[in-house]
Amino acid sequence: MRPLAEQRSGESRERGGTLLSALTIDGVSRTFAGARGGQPVEALLPTTLAVDDNDFITILGPSGCGKSTLLRIVAGLDMPSRGDVQLDGHRVGGPGADRGMVFQSYTLFPWLTVVENIKFGLREKAMPAARQAEIAAHYVDKVGLAGFEHHYPKTLSGGMQQRTAIARALANEPRILLLDEPFGALDNQTRSLMQELLLSIWESERKTVLFVTHDIEEAIFMANRVIVMTARPGRIKAEVAVPLAHPRHYTIKTSPEFSALKAELTEQIRVEALKTAGPGA
Amino acid sequence: MTPLAPVSGTRKVALGLAFFALFVLAWSVATFGGLVSKTFLADPLTMLREGVALFTQFGFAKDVGITIWRVFGGFILAAVVGVPLGIAMGAYKPVEAFFEPFVSFARYLPASAFIPLLILWAGIGEMQKLLVIFIGSFFQIVLMVAVTVGATRRDLVEAAYTLGANASGIVRRVLMPSAAPAIAETLRLVLGWAWTYVIVAELIGASSGIGHMITDSQALLNTGQIIFGIILIGIIGLISDLGFKRANRALFPWSIN
Repeated sequence: MRPLAEQRSGESRERGGTLLSALTIDGVSRTFAGARGGQPVEALLPTTLAVDDNDFITILGPSGCGKSTLLRIVAGLDMPSRGDVQLDGHRVGGPGADRGMVFQSYTLFPWLTVVENIKFGLREKAMPAARQAEIAAHYVDKVGLAGFEHHYPKTLSGGMQQRTAIARALANEPRILLLDEPFGALDNQTRSLMQELLLSIWESERKTVLFVTHDIEEAIFMANRVIVMTARPGRIKAEVAVPLAHPRHYTIKTSPEFSALKAELTEQIRVEALKTAGPGA
Repeated sequence: MTPLAPVSGTRKVALGLAFFALFVLAWSVATFGGLVSKTFLADPLTMLREGVALFTQFGFAKDVGITIWRVFGGFILAAVVGVPLGIAMGAYKPVEAFFEPFVSFARYLPASAFIPLLILWAGIGEMQKLLVIFIGSFFQIVLMVAVTVGATRRDLVEAAYTLGANASGIVRRVLMPSAAPAIAETLRLVLGWAWTYVIVAELIGASSGIGHMITDSQALLNTGQIIFGIILIGIIGLISDLGFKRANRALFPWSIN
């Protein structure tokens, strides 16, 4: 159907062989058709990024910079206008269990309890019930929801819902975990606790993570690499390594190294935010 | 009174009953006070006496049973065919594009206008009564179910996809459970309408049922029986509605606020 796309994918697979990255984003761009015959909107300019095993990469950018679009393309929920995404050398053609996702909006299934939500993906795989229960119990424990297994989502706080959503994504054992501003709707205190929780899970389980955020502190605290994006149309502006040692304690946020990184990224993001805000801002 | 301020439970019940009392009072004044001729409107006591006579002397219980059977028979037939079709239309856009224009057109066809045609086709037996209810309920159910399923939260569908669900998993484990409470609510609503169709069906070409009794009583100018029949339909409708509400609440505890 798309001969050119096929050709491109074959070409980059060869390159993928030498890169040895878990995930390769190769020249991915996205243009949305204009509404009612208007001008097409460029959301994302060609973007190339390699994510290695056990990477924790945060994508930092101002609102509307296309960072969520990029993540949705990796998840297979949106298709790139050009370029392609490969996971372990296989071209991504749609959503799948190998790329677990946690959304900013609360997406627990309201008709399922906490533990049934966590088992959702396992059930889809037709895993034996005993094994499902075992895995679910492990992750309930891991995200600190013991005692709430049989609660419906509507009875949970926002933080607890997102913890369940993380457990649900992890229980599926995805190759890579994608998070789209998962803590964006939470209050500051809950947000900090959730960052520590996610970081400790990553430190103990060594997952590969791609995390989208507009919060600078959040981006530094959890990542080993921060990708800074420009204002719309988005592209990668800078890549900043975070050489802070693990395990990271929350007190690291007040260290001089952290502050220096924060100052650098604040400057980068400020320029972009000013562009979005327009003249006179 | 403050706008939107809630009303306490007991006060709410008292207010609701008060209107019923007021209604019966106005009716009593009009009839006992001689404001309206007894030929056209029976008084409440005559109505009750006639009602008792219907059950004790005329075997009215059998008519009531038959009417209930017809309503539920036609309604269940419509639901068994209509709900799956509605789900298919809500889930798959080509299926919707195929059926939706016709169903939208058909739902404005008045079920009662089909009665003469249905008598030609199916006679004056039970099949004809069931078909009237079926035609009156089916198209409404299909459309409302399709809209409900089609309005499923997209982020839940996307979450299910990223958890490895395929198309059939999306339909059976996301769209259907998500839409279930609203579908049950649709059925409750349509059952209420089915009660109006059954009486119309029984007014024409029937030899049993509440509607038949009402036509008979009209010939005899027995307004007491007519009013009793109407009130009885209201009461049965209210009971089935309450039963449906209870069942929905028990079945879908997760959806109640």
